[in-house]
Amino acid sequence: MKTTVTALLLGSALATGAWAGDVRMMWYSDGNEGEVMADLVSRFNAENPDIKLTLDNVAYQVIKEQLPIQLAAGQGPDIARMTDIKKEAGHFLDLTPYLADPAYWQTNFGAQMDWMRPDGSDAITGFMTQLTLTGGFANATLFEQAGVPLPGEGATWDEWVDAAAKVQASQQTAAAMAIDRSGHRIAGPMISEGAKLIGPDRKPAPLDDAGKGFLTKLIGWTADGKNLKDVWVSAAGATYRAGADEFINAAVPFYYSGSWQVANLSEKIGDGFDWVATGSPCGAAGCTGLPGGAALVAIKSTKNPQDVGKVMDWFAREDIVKEFSERALFLPAHKAVLEKGLDFKTEDPHAKAALNMFVKATGQLTEEAQQIPAWTPASDVYAALVKRVGEAMAGELSPEDAFARIDADIAEAAAKVAQ
Amino acid sequence: MIALFLLPNMLIFALFVLIPIGLNVAYSLTGGAEVFLPDRSFVGAAHYARLMDCTNALQPRTCRDDSFWTAVWNTLRFTVFQVSLMTVAAMITALILNRRIPAKGLWRAVFFFPVLLSPVVVGLIWRWILQRQGLANLMMVEAGLPPVNWLTERGWAFAAAVGVSVWAHVGFYALILLAGLQAIPRDLYEAAEMDGTPPARVFWRITLPLLMPNLVVVITLAVIRAVQIFDEAYVLTGGGPGTATMFLTQYIYETGFASPVRNPGLAAAASILMAGVLVVLTLIQQRLRKAEGR
Repeated sequence: MKTTVTALLLGSALATGAWAGDVRMMWYSDGNEGEVMADLVSRFNAENPDIKLTLDNVAYQVIKEQLPIQLAAGQGPDIARMTDIKKEAGHFLDLTPYLADPAYWQTNFGAQMDWMRPDGSDAITGFMTQLTLTGGFANATLFEQAGVPLPGEGATWDEWVDAAAKVQASQQTAAAMAIDRSGHRIAGPMISEGAKLIGPDRKPAPLDDAGKGFLTKLIGWTADGKNLKDVWVSAAGATYRAGADEFINAAVPFYYSGSWQVANLSEKIGDGFDWVATGSPCGAAGCTGLPGGAALVAIKSTKNPQDVGKVMDWFAREDIVKEFSERALFLPAHKAVLEKGLDFKTEDPHAKAALNMFVKATGQLTEEAQQIPAWTPASDVYAALVKRVGEAMAGELSPEDAFARIDADIAEAAAKVAQ
Repeated sequence: MIALFLLPNMLIFALFVLIPIGLNVAYSLTGGAEVFLPDRSFVGAAHYARLMDCTNALQPRTCRDDSFWTAVWNTLRFTVFQVSLMTVAAMITALILNRRIPAKGLWRAVFFFPVLLSPVVVGLIWRWILQRQGLANLMMVEAGLPPVNWLTERGWAFAAAVGVSVWAHVGFYALILLAGLQAIPRDLYEAAEMDGTPPARVFWRITLPLLMPNLVVVITLAVIRAVQIFDEAYVLTGGGPGTATMFLTQYIYETGFASPVRNPGLAAAASILMAGVLVVLTLIQQRLRKAEGR
């Protein structure tokens, strides 16, 4: 009998998925931040013997595709590092009652709080582990070998692609440019051309001429071999694909991605070739990238909210944010850390220059671009863009048909917002 | 007493088969992105109506859910090509392995080995071989031939999906046919040999008719497996280029789980339609087996 009762108790304890003091953090990495985090987790555990924090490293695909299902099912980790934070905000825990000093959080992370909580809420659900900005990278060595000068500040998308195409012809690279298969990545250039993704009623707006203009160019660049087809046609639907490896392997002289790639490029390129961050090429309405980032958020289904609060307080500390950002080569979201400045821990001059370039590029964000991270339907619009533009690039749809399909998908997203 | 012995099996069957089927039907009649059934609103047959909303189903782009019909036609095309190729390849393999050849055991193991591999591993191996800077193009360039975009051209990518699937599974089906070949009485062949019957006639008049029960099993299993194609094709091509290799199971997975715009109800409706097709195929197989028995 005693054995049966013990077994039942043990079973029910395991079924809850958490012992008191146990906190699981789901984490993904683009560069070396997983190693930095593992080190910080060890220190946290040493300083807080009453809490056992476990770091679960997963692929970004898991965060994108599996974690949302877990959250919807009321499962998942206690804390997670995520990017689709506005859309999943309903599943996040309001940490306010569990934090030692909520005012510290409001002061230092307040500017991005709306990105990770439902509209109209004043909850504190987490903090940004990094601020990101989309932007380009150029292989300076290939440009130099081709005798093509790097386009300067204020250069347009057309000028960048033309210059990169000359490098492609001279250096026999696979293509002139690559751009990640992501709606987030192509939204910035669309906005630079003057596109309005957010309608006057905050519902997704149908594609306008400016948006269609950039997408038509992008599809055209792919058709004539300037944009590397592989990244976009290597998947169907809204699946994410990065083109970083193509740039690292010097298969393209120009790559459009974002600031989170800096550590990755620095580590993998090493002294293979010289590279520079270029900021975002310009369009008719500006030279904006798209801001965003990854957040460390507390999950509502946690069985240990008190312990989660302690963990979040520790990782949000000014000294910890500063150390993490300097070692991972990330732009922090912490106001005081930003004001006091950072000393990035890298000997790579390319990485340091790139980070400075991205900091400078934040000054060029348009108003539309700044609103996107706190706009709930953004990921629905991105999904429609990626799916249909990918089909057009593969030659299955004409640009006009792709735009009609995007508008139909966007109309569905707008109807969802109305509900 | 018999019911008592059947009870454990029936309970397991109900728990893992009947209840999930019931839940799937229930999901297909509800809307929204929520996971818990009670949180979902009843929409009746709206998802089925959406899937069937077509001006011309032969042209998927005229359908409201063009991705579904694209996936349906891709799956059908894949099934026809893959099953035909698979059956012929399995037959040839089985005939060769049934002959007196040196190191027969080794050859049987070689052909069966891919069956033991995880589909994800199969997909990755072939992706490395067929990607732009992969082994296949390296060999083509070495041979003085231009490289081919195996995975980014629609036709090549589809052919790659079919070919890789055949490579991965042919050993299994060859084994079934080999068992059938070995069950054919030797004296029939000896009699044919004494009569001086040509080998082709022996194949058509003795081997093939006596192998038919195994062949029906092979074709049926291959068709069911082909309709369910997902893992190795998903890893190999991701459903691309465009939607050239997006099959029904991937459509269901993406619609229900992977897409940022999740629609579990629509995915459930599509999976029920797919299950209906599989039930029809199974019934056809049973009919064929009965006919074979007569």
